[in-house]
Amino acid sequence: MTDESVGTVYVAQGGDWDEIVRAQADRGDETIVINMGPQHPSTHGVLRLILEMDGETVTSLRPGIGFLHTGIEKNMEYRTFSQGSTFVTRMDYVAPIFNEVAYCLAVEKLLDMKVPERADVLRVLFMELNRIASHLVAVGTGGMEIGALTMMTIGFREREMILDFFEAVCGTRMNHAYVRPGGVSIDLPDDGLPRLKGVIDWLHKHLWEYGAFCNENPIFKGRMKGVATLDLTQCMVYGASGPVLRAAGFPWDLRKAQPYCGYETYDFDVITWDTNDAYGRFRIRLAEMSESLKIVEQCYDRLEETTGQPVMVEDPKYAWPAQLTVGADGQGNSNEHIKHIMGESMEALIHHFKTVTEGFRVPAGQAYAAIESPKGELGCHVVSDGGTRPYRVHMRDPGFNHLQAAPAMCEGAMISDVVVAVASLDPVLGGVDR
Amino acid sequence: MGIEDKLPSGVLLTTVEGVIGWLRQASFWPATMGLACCAIEMMAFGAPRFDAGRWGQEVFRASPRQADLLIVSGRVSQKMAPVIRQVYDQMPNPKWVISMGACASSGGMFNNYAIVQGCDHIVPVDVYLPGCPPRPDMLIDAMFKLRKGDVAHYPIGPDRIAADEAAEQAALVAPSTLEMKGLMR
Amino acid sequence: MTEPSSADLAEVKAAASAPAREVTRQGMWGHGSGDTSGYGGIVRSFERFPRADRPYGSYFDEIVDRLHGLLPGMDLEHVVVAHDELTIFVPKADLLDVLTACRDDALLRFEVCVSVSGVHFPDMVGEELHAVYHLLSITHNRRLRLQVTCADADSHIPSSVSVYPMTDWHERETYDMFGIIFDGHPALTRILMPDDWDGFPQRKDYPLGGIPVEYKGAVVPPPDQRRSYS
Repeated sequence: MTDESVGTVYVAQGGDWDEIVRAQADRGDETIVINMGPQHPSTHGVLRLILEMDGETVTSLRPGIGFLHTGIEKNMEYRTFSQGSTFVTRMDYVAPIFNEVAYCLAVEKLLDMKVPERADVLRVLFMELNRIASHLVAVGTGGMEIGALTMMTIGFREREMILDFFEAVCGTRMNHAYVRPGGVSIDLPDDGLPRLKGVIDWLHKHLWEYGAFCNENPIFKGRMKGVATLDLTQCMVYGASGPVLRAAGFPWDLRKAQPYCGYETYDFDVITWDTNDAYGRFRIRLAEMSESLKIVEQCYDRLEETTGQPVMVEDPKYAWPAQLTVGADGQGNSNEHIKHIMGESMEALIHHFKTVTEGFRVPAGQAYAAIESPKGELGCHVVSDGGTRPYRVHMRDPGFNHLQAAPAMCEGAMISDVVVAVASLDPVLGGVDR
Repeated sequence: MGIEDKLPSGVLLTTVEGVIGWLRQASFWPATMGLACCAIEMMAFGAPRFDAGRWGQEVFRASPRQADLLIVSGRVSQKMAPVIRQVYDQMPNPKWVISMGACASSGGMFNNYAIVQGCDHIVPVDVYLPGCPPRPDMLIDAMFKLRKGDVAHYPIGPDRIAADEAAEQAALVAPSTLEMKGLMR
Repeated sequence: MTEPSSADLAEVKAAASAPAREVTRQGMWGHGSGDTSGYGGIVRSFERFPRADRPYGSYFDEIVDRLHGLLPGMDLEHVVVAHDELTIFVPKADLLDVLTACRDDALLRFEVCVSVSGVHFPDMVGEELHAVYHLLSITHNRRLRLQVTCADADSHIPSSVSVYPMTDWHERETYDMFGIIFDGHPALTRILMPDDWDGFPQRKDYPLGGIPVEYKGAVVPPPDQRRSYS
């Protein structure tokens, strides 16, 4: 036991928090300040939570973000609009396609450009598969954090199937840069549809397991029911969206309210729950995975119907010119494309050169495009001044707003509920910090 | 310092090194330093498909005191750099660092004000792993190279002192990457 | 009325009221050099935020009329309509009144302020810093953009946290990145950069900050110092 006269030693790092801690020590009351620092096993990223605790109860919670601030938005001002896709995709890295789609929708708004139908179907397919993958990470890591390790292992098993499909189509498992302004970068490979069928069958076979493990599990319910509540008023105050808002019973889904990419033609339901708590958000994510699978099946049918149609706009001044294929020395432009630009068409060579090096010009103006990402409303505000590079790009990430609500969810609760609360918000610090 | 450090340099020490090295590489625990996209691939590395548990590595220790390896996976921002250094300092010797991904190795595609251009500005790196993000297979390969190379043959005692001195002498005369000539690869 | 949608920009007469909003772009080649292609001679100019004429179309007239009705005498004449989006420029002194009206009035009912971000236009002297507020009305399923300008020298804008608490962190980020000081914000500190950082990174006069990549005799300059094709 420490001698009262010695007092307690606090160690603080960086910035202005040491004043707070010093004041805390001088006050000498019962609360202690604990730093759930940026490096901690909860895999939601580098989030710093400064907790003031009275025993096991949290009296004050302050989230500290910015540990993953990458300056992506400023970097994009020095790259062409097509290259913007590769930067934006690394913001919310768990669901990269959504960043790309939001950005490309904003750029296409500025261009007044309509993408081909097959491109829309491919975008929806990738978005919904990515939604399933992102929910699997959320549910898997959330389960792991409260001790249900199987959720992590089976979650990542399903995710691998989806990532295999992504890799077969666009070459990378994550951070695809697949969606570009004007369409998507490449069509499905020859065995794309059978692969997709395999993914759909696998998911049908296994998605029920998550609910079976957890929905009626007493430990799960004990850890999640009534924990981290955020009722509708609080959701409105904090600008919550996505599963957080739908857990409060409000059926707001941008895919239905302000459809994009042809979502109004797909048949799916908006899942809500009525308990405002972490359990509701978890159940919503599970159900949304099944809804996404329904949409993926509809995409499969449409892809069969639209086989052979273009996936990029026809206008050669905007279309990304190169189709990649696996060549003799790795990955490169397809031989047909090289033959075309080198042997057949001078204009095609010029367009390829100009579009790749200079980039296309986007008329001056600003546009905001919002989509429904697995976390909530993901918006992209693009300002162009008529050049080949964005003047300003700002992504509105749902996790940014949701983390503001973390104190409202956690103050008064126990520290173990803080972990559940942050897991149920599903913030991705890459998107929060950009 | 344990008994192994008091052994005189020679055959006995080399045998002990071999045994201890084998033990170290068989139970090689990483610390969680999952920062960004590479962290997701690192989690996939621990997941069933790529199964780091085959080599006893699925236990990512949250506490650096219990970890041997720091996998810096993801972009290191200016705000995060002191944190990484502190975590590295808290790890007991011997420790190794894998810089996973392009951002951790060199700043990657983010050559700007916010990102430290390579975590080797902050911590000494043993294996650089390129990729954006590197597949978990590539991380497995990097782990193997590290384990079978540096970890299994980690010198102890007098050998360690000699190795450190040799490394210092080599570093003093090593050319910078700008001065190196030849092919880029 | 929407601004020209094709990629070819026609020369636009500069708006007499706001010459600072005009942007001039020259061709890529031949600035003072011996370029004979003729492309160096192209000079295109256009206005950044051209005022739209009535009728604005869609639900925009309704919103603007309602705001005029609720807040008579306020200068809300600068309305931009483009790409199916309505942007209203609000003088910064009136910002809180406009936001309160947007939130509380039943016909407007913009419950959510989706984001607040900044944009820096160093050539718009007197109006360099813009704060962009995106509002969403869930009740009416509509969106609105409000834009507030302030000068570099006096970069203060009233804080909207009292009206929309969700803008707390957004305003902190805008301060951190652009140096816009939101008066009345409960705790305006840096949020993304370290607490003791100097400068406001996303301003146009702040360098990208990259370093040249040097390897085996080759030097690749950082992105902001490379050849630019526009």
